[in-house]
Amino acid sequence: MTSKETTGNDPLDDLKRAMAQAMPAPDAARREANLARSQEIFATHQGSLQAARQNSATPTHRGFFAGVFDMLFTRTTGALTATTALVAVGLLYVSPLGEQLLRAPGPLVPTGGTAIPEISEPLAQAPRAVPPVIAAPTTGDTFAATEAAPVPAPSPSVAADAVVLPVPVPLVAPEAEGARRPEALAATTPLTSDADAADLSGTLNAEASADGIGTTSPADAASGRAIVAAPAPVPGNQIAASPARIQAIPPLDATPAPLPDSEEFANESPSPLRLVADEPVSTFSIDVDTAAYALLRSTLNRGQLPAPDAIRIEEMVNYFPYDYPAPDAGDVSPFRPTVQVFPTPWNPDTQLVHIGIQGILPAIEDRPALNLVFLIDTSGSMNDPAKLPLLIQSFRLMLDRLNPEDQVAIVTYAGSAGVALEPTSAADTVTISRALTALQAGGSTNGVGGLQVAYDLAAQMTGNGEVSRVLLATDGDFNIGISDPEALENYIAEQRETGIYLSVLGFGRGNLQDDTMQALAQNGNGTAAYIDTLHEAQRVLVDQLAGALFPIADDLKVQVEFNPAVIAEYRLIGYETRALAREDFANDAVDAGELGAGHSVTAIYEVTPVGSPALRIAPLRYAAEETTPIRAEFAEELGFISLRWKAPGAADSQLVEFPISATTGQSGTEAQFAAAIAGFGELLRGSDFLGDWNYSDAIALANANRGADAFGYRAEAVQLMRLAQSLAQ
Amino acid sequence: MRMEASDEDLAMAAAGGDATAFGLLLGRVYSRLFALCFRLTGSRAEAEDLTQDICLALPAKLAGYRGQARVTTWLYRVAVNAATDRRRRQASYGRATEGWGDWEIDRQQSAVEAEDATDWLHRAMAGLGDGLRDTLALVLDEVTHAEAAEILGISEGTVSWRVAEAKKKLREIREKEEAS
Repeated sequence: MTSKETTGNDPLDDLKRAMAQAMPAPDAARREANLARSQEIFATHQGSLQAARQNSATPTHRGFFAGVFDMLFTRTTGALTATTALVAVGLLYVSPLGEQLLRAPGPLVPTGGTAIPEISEPLAQAPRAVPPVIAAPTTGDTFAATEAAPVPAPSPSVAADAVVLPVPVPLVAPEAEGARRPEALAATTPLTSDADAADLSGTLNAEASADGIGTTSPADAASGRAIVAAPAPVPGNQIAASPARIQAIPPLDATPAPLPDSEEFANESPSPLRLVADEPVSTFSIDVDTAAYALLRSTLNRGQLPAPDAIRIEEMVNYFPYDYPAPDAGDVSPFRPTVQVFPTPWNPDTQLVHIGIQGILPAIEDRPALNLVFLIDTSGSMNDPAKLPLLIQSFRLMLDRLNPEDQVAIVTYAGSAGVALEPTSAADTVTISRALTALQAGGSTNGVGGLQVAYDLAAQMTGNGEVSRVLLATDGDFNIGISDPEALENYIAEQRETGIYLSVLGFGRGNLQDDTMQALAQNGNGTAAYIDTLHEAQRVLVDQLAGALFPIADDLKVQVEFNPAVIAEYRLIGYETRALAREDFANDAVDAGELGAGHSVTAIYEVTPVGSPALRIAPLRYAAEETTPIRAEFAEELGFISLRWKAPGAADSQLVEFPISATTGQSGTEAQFAAAIAGFGELLRGSDFLGDWNYSDAIALANANRGADAFGYRAEAVQLMRLAQSLAQ
Repeated sequence: MRMEASDEDLAMAAAGGDATAFGLLLGRVYSRLFALCFRLTGSRAEAEDLTQDICLALPAKLAGYRGQARVTTWLYRVAVNAATDRRRRQASYGRATEGWGDWEIDRQQSAVEAEDATDWLHRAMAGLGDGLRDTLALVLDEVTHAEAAEILGISEGTVSWRVAEAKKKLREIREKEEAS
């Protein structure tokens, strides 16, 4: 009757064995649902806790478990009823970590004249000194320099954190605060002054209070690690110790919707106006990333205007496919540059120099075999419909387009670390699909060296003449096994030499380290794209599969020398994070952007002709008068453009160069549309070069130049402009 | 490294209002929590429901975590209490349940005896009664007697006595079955 294996000596051991055998695995779908729902409750619960704290009352009964929980509360945590603890909890709650949860991250400003500034000062410094993820660019200023990214100096979050002190400290909640918090603070803080609030919040980045993006860097840095230095000695209260302990926690974001403040954007201040007489040469690297546009769309669709720093105009312009002339047999380069000069839509006295570069599109069937390693972030924060499930769907879309010679492997990091799918032929869709389905977010142990594993695997897979690429898909947690940010960048730059490309795909909002994505992709010879919808996945991974995955020109740099006899001033619109030093142009060691098969790249200069009423820079009184006269044969030339590129995998660069004619022509719809998008970007950045030109003008210009627009991208852009227009009012 | 924050660190952060830490912690302990719920209830469906109940109630609970106990100890206490509560509710509603208790009813009604270890497990667990069963649910997960005592709100001596008692009963059950 009784089975033999249950007859051991210790009945407990038998029971244990039987239990282990009988133990079912938790249902994955329910797990996801439970975690998500729990997160929601957690978020709403913070509000009710705040309300409870105001009265120093015990939590009201909620739900059938409340009785048990209240009992446990009182048994385990008598301190909850102590007012000082409540205040401390309340204050901690507005600390950077608390803020993530609140999702209405208005700045908290300590009133002046108290001891707080002395405390918040070193704190405000500390986070800057330790950029949370990727710090400085490795080579020159090719890359998104997080250091230089404008950050509101008096970090509101950090200031708030400094307020975690033993005594109740005066706090001011500015008007921009969410509705709940000010009440709570008013109850716990002795002083609230609207006048002070207005005054002080004026010193902060206005955007910071508007949508929280501006507050990102310091907040994140603070919650990341710099807070270790925070002197927060609250005697006899364990909560006080938490900032220091919290430092080990990643600012992940597992709930969708409102914007928390741990996003970071890479940008420089807009390229300034340059005087041709002083700096006749402008040099930059091409940029085929499109992440900024997708981010912009996601922000606008949520009813928020993006932070100016989130706007990278070149990425907006380059988001759209343009019908530029394609290279033919007569072209030495694998791309065809086209330059047009036409009047600026927003200024009749200046001109736009529109440079369109169209890459060749080799026949798909001729393409080399492709090895793709998906490096997938499966950390808990990916547990969100807009993250891992979207990612899986996106990759499925792409699988259909791969050839049987292509190979796919999957590596995950965080949680279930390691190789989730050994290199598999793309024809074996069942296996690949099963591996994708099995991916689960959650788990927390660090997958050691996910990136190394991915690169090693890619190296293994690479056969002769094949192209290998690592596709890193993440929501911003770059904890991929190399802890030192600089080492990470160096590692990727090293791997670049092996010929393996890296693409970074961003998913979800809330924790997106846009600057890190940029830096990684730029260092890894790749592109960064942000995927917010399946539609966007289609665009990035399917429609542009060839371009996104097959480079036709590496390290493509552009240099324009303006003719001082014709052009007095110029400025490059966008490309701030891609500016190169003049001498870097011919230096093949300096990395630059890659051009993918069939991709087009657009760059636009706004130039002011000599003698134009639009000149902004007055001539110097004491400048030397005599200038060497320009040779007569150059009088018709506006400037001279040079493009340098390397054949994929080659070490030495090649050069094409040709003059730009000074005659202003009629531009086609393509260039006009690009100009409309550039103007849209300028509007969002709050540029002062636009004069009276406004959203209505941008909409009219874009609408008039939609062209064929086979995929509806341009129509969508017009919708976004309209949205921005109403949001800006 | 970020991912290496201890459970306690995460819990403290979550108690301070950090949703991220909360999500991370819950993701980390979910499997263990589910396993405990299964040992407490004896049925997969019941374990799923109980786990869900606990997940939904944890946000409110966690604000009370003060770092005095290990997170697992604290969490197990929540789970055991939730299980007790659930049993009470089901008893008062007279609802049919499955699981350890249910199996006992089944066995009484139909004398069908299955032969595999899983059924022995059910027979054994069903024969123990709630108190001993809850204690074993913890002890089988390498929880020390001291911790189990803390979780159950009883003295360590009582835990040890219960474990001994459970062993005795298990032996009895086995002997009875071998005799039959």
